[in-house]
Amino acid sequence: MLHTFVAYVEDLPGVLTRVASLFRRLNINIISLTVGRSERAGLSRMTIVAEASAEAGHRIRASLFKLENVVDVDDIAQAPSVTRELALIKIAATPQNRGQIFDLAEVFRARIVDLTSESLIIEMTGVESKIEGLIEILREDEGRVLELCRSGKMTMRRGHHLSSVVRAMGVSEAESAEREAELAPDIVTGEVE
Amino acid sequence: MGHKGNAKTKENASNANAAAPNADAADANAHLNTPTRLTGAEILWATLAGEGVTDVFGYPGGAILPAYDALRKFPVKHVLVRHEQGAAHMADGYARASGKVGVAVATSGPGATNLVTGIATAMLDSIPIVCITGNVSSKVLGTDAFQEVDITGITLPVTKHNFLVNKAEDLAKVLRHAFQIAKSGRPGPVLVDITKDAQQASAIFDFEAAKPRPYQPHPMLRVEESGLAEAAELIRNSKRPVILAGHGVMDSGAMEQVRTLAERAQIPVGLTLLGIGGFPMSHPLCLGMMGMHGESWVNHAIQEADLLIACGMRFDDRVTGKLTDYAMKAKKIHIEVDPAEINKNVKVDVALVGDLREVLEQLLPRIGTRNQGGRDGSVWLKTIEASKGAVTVRDIKNLPDLGHLYAAHVMHDLWRMTAGDAIIVTDVGQHQMWEAQYYKHEKPRTLITSGGLGTMGFALPAAIGAKIACPEKEVWVIAGDGGFQMTAAELATIVQEKIKINIAVINNGYLGMVRQWQEFFYERNYEATPLVSPDFVKLADAHGIPGRAVRKRSEVEAAVNEARSSTRAFLLNFMVEKEDSVYPMIPAGSALHEMIRRPEQDPLEETAEDK
Repeated sequence: MLHTFVAYVEDLPGVLTRVASLFRRLNINIISLTVGRSERAGLSRMTIVAEASAEAGHRIRASLFKLENVVDVDDIAQAPSVTRELALIKIAATPQNRGQIFDLAEVFRARIVDLTSESLIIEMTGVESKIEGLIEILREDEGRVLELCRSGKMTMRRGHHLSSVVRAMGVSEAESAEREAELAPDIVTGEVE
Repeated sequence: MGHKGNAKTKENASNANAAAPNADAADANAHLNTPTRLTGAEILWATLAGEGVTDVFGYPGGAILPAYDALRKFPVKHVLVRHEQGAAHMADGYARASGKVGVAVATSGPGATNLVTGIATAMLDSIPIVCITGNVSSKVLGTDAFQEVDITGITLPVTKHNFLVNKAEDLAKVLRHAFQIAKSGRPGPVLVDITKDAQQASAIFDFEAAKPRPYQPHPMLRVEESGLAEAAELIRNSKRPVILAGHGVMDSGAMEQVRTLAERAQIPVGLTLLGIGGFPMSHPLCLGMMGMHGESWVNHAIQEADLLIACGMRFDDRVTGKLTDYAMKAKKIHIEVDPAEINKNVKVDVALVGDLREVLEQLLPRIGTRNQGGRDGSVWLKTIEASKGAVTVRDIKNLPDLGHLYAAHVMHDLWRMTAGDAIIVTDVGQHQMWEAQYYKHEKPRTLITSGGLGTMGFALPAAIGAKIACPEKEVWVIAGDGGFQMTAAELATIVQEKIKINIAVINNGYLGMVRQWQEFFYERNYEATPLVSPDFVKLADAHGIPGRAVRKRSEVEAAVNEARSSTRAFLLNFMVEKEDSVYPMIPAGSALHEMIRRPEQDPLEETAEDK
């Protein structure tokens, strides 16, 4: 199954290697990994998506915590969360046929961020399926997709569920899951676009 | 801090530059209290001294020379090794024998890479050591400078953590943090790589200010009320329980608690190789070592058990055999400090993730004694006792002397003559398993052996470290003829440091354990296992170490006495049976009960008459 981990790590040289090396050692392929600054000074936030058996989640999280530079780890698992990905897609388009791409971008709520006489760049954020939907349609016209750049997933739990917050609140994760189910039954069901 | 003013070690040292060791040492210690400007090299030793380090094991070289130049000013004794692998093993043996953090020092490049085997050995067995390496100047880092190697990159998977320090002002903080990491939680090796310019530059040294943040336990430690209640319930209702005691028993200092649990609930105790010493072998509830070369009754008891209580052990493959057939009838309680070990190999029913001693302290009040209506274990204990059969007569001292010398005899006689009280440091292979079977350890930290990594060449250097940590203890190296040659260069270290240890080479002319596998599983194709060795007695003699060859059972006692009574190191070359095998044995990939048993006509099979 797909596992999604959110990790807060110290913003220091070599930390990415340590995290990546852990997955390498476990022979787990990282599907996507995004890193950037977080709300906490000196800490970067990673979203790591990896394919591993259902039981592996516990061990991966426990092993991540064992890394000296890792401050916090959250296993998103099936918890209610918002996941987004950013894609930049360069399309071969001439003034004659770019109108069709404009229409498509509108349907997908994507934006055109660069325009030349031979090509244009579409910027799109959304859930993975939406981005793949657009790419699929663009690829129907062979040779039009010139370049594709995807950020990988960025994930954030809904509500206040970061494990450090949960710990600060003094409730166990099981309790917090229960509370979550009680408090927000309707939000759990769907992505809010 | 009790480590202060330990200048006597320096007086003994052969360093002729130590002109006024006492005055210098006093100065060095003054730095601990008042912030002072020191060079990085001085900060290194001042911080080590502040952390209580009195002995380090190392080998100098270009990139670590500033550190060596500053050493004479500090109350730290340096043991010059003959190969950096030896330095890491010595630090490891020092840590295992004393419970303190061992320290190894090496230069950059090959000096650093030579440490790697020793670091991995410590990693696999959770041993707290700190390795200090020099590196090229920070200005040329990454340029393939002479003797430059990316040692933090190389050791990343075999250290608990490592650091690269390129500023003198970071050094004290990093080193103190390194010590904290090495000994906290599940211990392990930490490497600190220090560039040459960081050793040469100066900075304000403030020991107190460099104190690391308070240790944060792993956030996933979890001992819940419900888990404790469930564990107690399982223990109370079990008919055939077994305690599996591992290395964690000693690491957490839970010897008394495990013993109380066993005695109160009448539960037999099986030991892992590294668990030996955590529970007295002579205790009526002690079953002995489990696993690949464990006694048949231990493994049968585990396979028949309805409850396993795993205490500070990690269900290594040498302990479990084939996982799908492992203890199928048993519920499992796992008490362990490392959350990453839970459900790694064996799925458990109750996980109590925390310090073993603390968890047992919480658990014990819930387990009643037999008088208080607790469980009656007598039926199960009788069943196990009955399963021992003819092999229960373990005292083989009265076996008829057939003119042959078996390694088991040597182990048994060593045990008898040292009253089971020596620190035994073994290498890896057949002799290691015979030692575990025939030398009955009663106390923690008396067996020092490479379990997880199985590092040949470990014994001799680790024993040097153990002896330096515990100078008052009798220390024996037991090594095979193969492994002994891997680090035999450290014989010179023994002489230079005037260390009294006894060395027993169990010499069968083969890489014995590999030969045994070839005999059992490769149609006796003894490829690359027959071993031509030098005359070890002459080799010892060349170093100025006396020795003696032993060829018959009848010679063992006199030879061991001679070694023990010698004031210098002594080597005994035991010429044992060449094609003897360790029994019982679980073939790799087989289940725990599928043991290869001792052959019927085995001369080591005791009978009742041998009592």
